[in-house]
Amino acid sequence: MATVLEARDLIKQYPRVCAVGGVSFRVEEGSCFGLLGPNGAGKSTTIEMLEGLLSPSSGQVLFRGAPLGSHYRERVGIQFQSTSLQEHLTTRENLQFFSALYPRRRPLPELIALCRLEEFLNRDASKLSGGQRQRLLLAIALVNDPEVLFLDEPTTGLDPQARRNFWDLVQGAKAQGKTIVLTTHYMEEAHLLCDALMIIDHGKIIASGSPTALLAGHFDEAVLELPAAEARKLGDSSAYKEKGEIAELHTQDVNAAIARLLQAGASLARLRIRQPTLEDLFLDLTGQELRA
Amino acid sequence: MSNPISASWRRLRAAAWARSLEFMRDRSAVSWNVIFPVFLVLGLGYVFSGPGQPLFKVAVLAPAGTVLDSRLHPMLGTSQVQFYLEPEREAAIHKVQLQRIDMLIDLTSADGRYWINTQSPRGKVLEQLLRGAGGPPLARQVTSGAETRYVDWVTPGVLGMNIMFACLFGIGYVIVRYRKSGYLKRLNATPLRAFEFLLAQLVSRLVLIVVINSAVFTACRLLLHLRMEGSYWNLLLLVVLAIFSMIAMGLVVSARISSEELAGGILNVIATPMMVLCGVFFSIDGAPRLLQLTAQLFPLTHLIEGARAIMLDGATLAQIAPHLLALAAMSVIYLVLGAMLFKWRQG
Repeated sequence: MATVLEARDLIKQYPRVCAVGGVSFRVEEGSCFGLLGPNGAGKSTTIEMLEGLLSPSSGQVLFRGAPLGSHYRERVGIQFQSTSLQEHLTTRENLQFFSALYPRRRPLPELIALCRLEEFLNRDASKLSGGQRQRLLLAIALVNDPEVLFLDEPTTGLDPQARRNFWDLVQGAKAQGKTIVLTTHYMEEAHLLCDALMIIDHGKIIASGSPTALLAGHFDEAVLELPAAEARKLGDSSAYKEKGEIAELHTQDVNAAIARLLQAGASLARLRIRQPTLEDLFLDLTGQELRA
Repeated sequence: MSNPISASWRRLRAAAWARSLEFMRDRSAVSWNVIFPVFLVLGLGYVFSGPGQPLFKVAVLAPAGTVLDSRLHPMLGTSQVQFYLEPEREAAIHKVQLQRIDMLIDLTSADGRYWINTQSPRGKVLEQLLRGAGGPPLARQVTSGAETRYVDWVTPGVLGMNIMFACLFGIGYVIVRYRKSGYLKRLNATPLRAFEFLLAQLVSRLVLIVVINSAVFTACRLLLHLRMEGSYWNLLLLVVLAIFSMIAMGLVVSARISSEELAGGILNVIATPMMVLCGVFFSIDGAPRLLQLTAQLFPLTHLIEGARAIMLDGATLAQIAPHLLALAAMSVIYLVLGAMLFKWRQG
């Protein structure tokens, strides 16, 4: 698989803080690359250096093996975390405007169908719902039929249904061969959309790989969740971790763990057994909640 | 790959059109831009088209630095008359002709002279006062010409002021708002260049201001029977250049700021002296030389003086050329400065 983007030892130093402290990675053609990390970890700074909007203090970003040239912006599409559009313009007029800025343009009817904009095409863009707005912003990021699509926390603030609809659109873009770079706070989103992940914290890479490989590499156990009051009946507080009213038991032998709980007289009525998630991995690696 | 000039032109046109649509659909902004100047001109017409002002204004030709008091000539001690030093004879005679001043006294030659306008009753009153004042006799010279009504004189000033506000605030606030909301950051992620974006904002605003003010000018001309001696094309050329330079001035102010409050403060600091020094409501003919020179640094002065020369004196293109050159130079300087200082994002 060909490398589309390559970051070589990227550093971004501000007067009083080092936002990104030397990260190197590659984004492969046609893949979806996820950048995860808590707030202030350096995700946005890293993605802006990849987008060519921010110059690194040192290090280099290569696009198809060459430094980012003057035509780079014509070949990539960007959806920012929050973007305001010009007031009083309809969905269609916004698309027409952004489309006119690029030499290579995707036919608008195709974009409208891809991002399902038909029902609000003539509506003032400031009157769109959160989900509709994100669909329009995605369409704007796709107007130039980009080779790389950057999505910076595209579903933050959307309701679950709008989020799922948006994932469908991103998967549609991916099916068309687009390379996608995504930052997100939602582990479910990362797991569903990304082929490769990179978790950063304090400007450094703390883990990277495919979601499955990352989980397999860190966990060979299952998680048992039950009310904390029931877990306490085990007596040994090191056997479980309390998280509010819920306690988690990590174990390689589920049967034995259940037997111990039954022996201690714990009720299993509200027991839940699950595989570790990216969220568990994140907590394990950084010791903090991802949304913190 | 398409031709870079045609691609640049396409981006500029798209940005200008998008901004024009945004403005035209903002009904409150459009109505404010049209209604405010009409009411202002009608109000001024109502207030000032009545009897003339009581104060007499007399120009005195004398060497620079001369103190104008009764030792020079007893007439200069007369109360209720404003005397001021005038450096150029021809320009002063022209003002008598237009009745912008009521009398000119020339004390530079050995035997003094004075000019009055035979069509001006105030000139005749001043002539009587001069005879009664005594002192060395002055030779009588006459000129004639219809009085310039204050409303004819003040309208170019008022429209000029309205244009200035529309240029400075119309562009300054919009760009600061775009930057604050992150819209500029979004545009920066496209191939649109800073110069294209700024020129698009400028052109869109320029066309709108020209269209709106042409309508306002036409309404004023019909309602107030404004005097128009010169060419409409020369006036249009002057106005377009003046608008260009004042919008470019607004671009410099908004080049980096992300706070509307700060932008408003700075724009007021620029607009207020222009309103006072550029002769919007009152002539600065009698003002100290330093103030008059300072006024030449403001585009509004050149717009107002040029427009008055065209409308009241029928000035030709050659006669207003110094104003046009000054405005063109300011336009280039401000636009280049604005593009150099421009920042897409805040912080």
